[in-house]
Amino acid sequence: MEIFWYIAIAVVLAMFFVLDGYDFGAGIIHLFCAKKEKDKEVITKSAGLFWDSNEVWLVAAGGMLFMAFPTFYASAFSGFYLPLIIVLWLIIFRAIGLELRGQFKYQMWKDIWDKSFGISSLLLALFFGIGLGNLVRGVNLGGVIDGTSTYEGHFFFLPLWDSSFSPLSDTPGVIDWFTIIIGLIAVVTLAIHGANWIILKTNTSINQKLKALVFRLNIALMALTILSLVVWQSINPNCFDNFGKNPILLFFPLLYIAALAGLFFTKKLKKEVYAFGLSTLLILGGITSTLASLFPVLLPSKNSINPDLTIYNMAADSYGLSVALSWGILGFILVVVYGIIQKRLRAGKIDDMEYGH
Amino acid sequence: MEDMLFYDRLQFAFTITFHYIFPQLTMGLSLLIVFFKWKFLRSKIEKYNDAAKFFMKIFAINFTMGVVTGIPMEFQFGTNWAKFSELTGSIIGQTLAMEGLFSFFLESSFLALFIFGEKLMGQKLHFLTGFLVFLGSWASGYFILATNAWMQHPVGYEILDNGKFVLENFSALFTNPWLLPAFLHNQMASLVTSSFVVASIGAFYILREKNLEHGKLFLKTGIIFGLVASLLVAFPTGDWNAKNVAKYQPASFAAMEGIFETEEAGAEIVLIGQPNMLEKKLDNKIAVPNILSFLTYQEWDRQIPGMDQFKKEELPDNVPALYYSYHIMVGLGTIFIGIMAFAVFFLWRKKLFKIKPLLWTIMVLAPFPYIANITGWYVAELGRQPYLVYGLLRTTEGISPTVSSGNTLFTLLGFVGLYLILGLLFLILVGKTVHEGPTPKHH
Repeated sequence: MEIFWYIAIAVVLAMFFVLDGYDFGAGIIHLFCAKKEKDKEVITKSAGLFWDSNEVWLVAAGGMLFMAFPTFYASAFSGFYLPLIIVLWLIIFRAIGLELRGQFKYQMWKDIWDKSFGISSLLLALFFGIGLGNLVRGVNLGGVIDGTSTYEGHFFFLPLWDSSFSPLSDTPGVIDWFTIIIGLIAVVTLAIHGANWIILKTNTSINQKLKALVFRLNIALMALTILSLVVWQSINPNCFDNFGKNPILLFFPLLYIAALAGLFFTKKLKKEVYAFGLSTLLILGGITSTLASLFPVLLPSKNSINPDLTIYNMAADSYGLSVALSWGILGFILVVVYGIIQKRLRAGKIDDMEYGH
Repeated sequence: MEDMLFYDRLQFAFTITFHYIFPQLTMGLSLLIVFFKWKFLRSKIEKYNDAAKFFMKIFAINFTMGVVTGIPMEFQFGTNWAKFSELTGSIIGQTLAMEGLFSFFLESSFLALFIFGEKLMGQKLHFLTGFLVFLGSWASGYFILATNAWMQHPVGYEILDNGKFVLENFSALFTNPWLLPAFLHNQMASLVTSSFVVASIGAFYILREKNLEHGKLFLKTGIIFGLVASLLVAFPTGDWNAKNVAKYQPASFAAMEGIFETEEAGAEIVLIGQPNMLEKKLDNKIAVPNILSFLTYQEWDRQIPGMDQFKKEELPDNVPALYYSYHIMVGLGTIFIGIMAFAVFFLWRKKLFKIKPLLWTIMVLAPFPYIANITGWYVAELGRQPYLVYGLLRTTEGISPTVSSGNTLFTLLGFVGLYLILGLLFLILVGKTVHEGPTPKHH
């Protein structure tokens, strides 16, 4: 039952990164690549039309995590207090940027909300990556100082950074050079995904340039991925054990590698939707590989006193989980139906679609 | 510890107060939009369709604000109330997760379709999408009220040796006797807010002699719905809730009614007075004898326990705030019924559109139902103190053990600043939409 909910939440979270990921990515591309007013407008629209239905996936993932793994929800959300609140603020800034840009016609108004949208998209991608980096690296559970815990073993509190700035420290902070690498991976991945989204949904003047950009970003992504794996191996020598024990899990990293390889041929692909499909697989492959290597751990412990947080010691009671299964399946079916209806009615390029409330 | 609790509570109170400005409008407004769209389907008169589309624009602005201020609410259960989440998550997580899955997806998917899909879908489907938005927003309210009802009056649970609450009976969460009255009261109150806003915009157009045809429609619809909703908020739903509080939370009942001393032969109802916590009495009291006993139990001389009957640790920790919130809510509710009754009377006599003082009153009335709704929630939440889960888990036991008061103060100040900007931008957007009117020439 724990495993079912773990997978269900992973799916919802992955959906969030795939769906909201493209509008984060569109924001990053917007910030760095869009120069002409018409392009800026269309790119904002390609995110603005969809962001709120995409962000619902985050709310759903949060609710499900709360229900299925309440202890983990409690310890992770209070432990990552500062970065999470910062993420909330960035989400707000991004939303305002998207919603307000088109409200008045003069340029300075548009410029300020463009930057609000672009910068907060960039920082959000970075913070989500850093967050994932923290889950991989582990934290000082129980706030152990000199061999004794300050809190109950599953609670912790992370400062934004630790003076050593190193993932090897016993008391690492949220940001260190390893989590920054993962953060950059997230930024690059979402930028690729966003570029593919823009190419798919719009006819901006930079579409051709973006295809070339995807190629270059892909090289950077490959380098960063290799670097991160090397570092991860040095932080946690056992990090790939799961794949040895269960070779079937190798499917996930292979998916990632295949998508990464495929994206080098973006220019040659017959349909734009294939490129978008590849970056979708890239995100899915990246997230599932990470989760597969961690499983069943949710958050590793940095000390030997308090054990890792796993899906077994964090889960809700079995009655609650099985009741939730029955409504959960119904809910999922409904969500898929809404998704299909939406996609059908809003297919195609969005350049001339009316936008704004 | 004291500081931590104080800032955690203050941050939650501040962010939820600001958040609840938006859903209280959207829930009621979605019903009015469905009504306008239905009138259009039946009559084919264009102004009804204009009204539906115009208010959906206002709805959408509020929905966006609701989403971005709502995510912090969900997060705060974990960030600031970690111990509470850990202990009760397997129960309240159910209803919160159901809200995400059953209502947000419904509401957000069909909102987008309503706004962008009228030409693609045809009128009947367009009506259906509007109806689904309504369904989604009310379902959302229902799940939140189910969560809150469990905290007010816990049912269907079992407490393990380690202090964790686990679910024993899922359906009990939805048959909770606290839930239905609270839900209906809340939804009717939300309908009050939205019909007053609709009426206010109508009055504004009439006074400005702009969009007259639409203005009259808004005003008329707003006051009729406003009168019905104001009456339903008071009776039976408000009455029903008060009886629940008297039955399940007698200490809160005494505090909100301002009964310091138990009266043997039936309790008086306090209309006005200021709680004096030092001398344990009400200053400047105006009260009517025996009415409270009658309203609560239909017996004139029924004894109602006052605050003197409860230990200090069982009483709400902020009696004056609870008392004032309750009296402000009830007072405003009464005034609303009066004004709306007046307005409907003059509508019936076909004089309403000419009586300027009344139109002005209706126009400036719009903020007050917000105050009434929010003070109503303060009654519920302050009344539940000093508990998070009534009678079982104290508020002091629920906060995050690792988040220091300094960190919470920092984020609280951040939220205050950010929400100030957000509030200003919200007003600009709504103002612009109202200024453009229901039939803008070109977007």
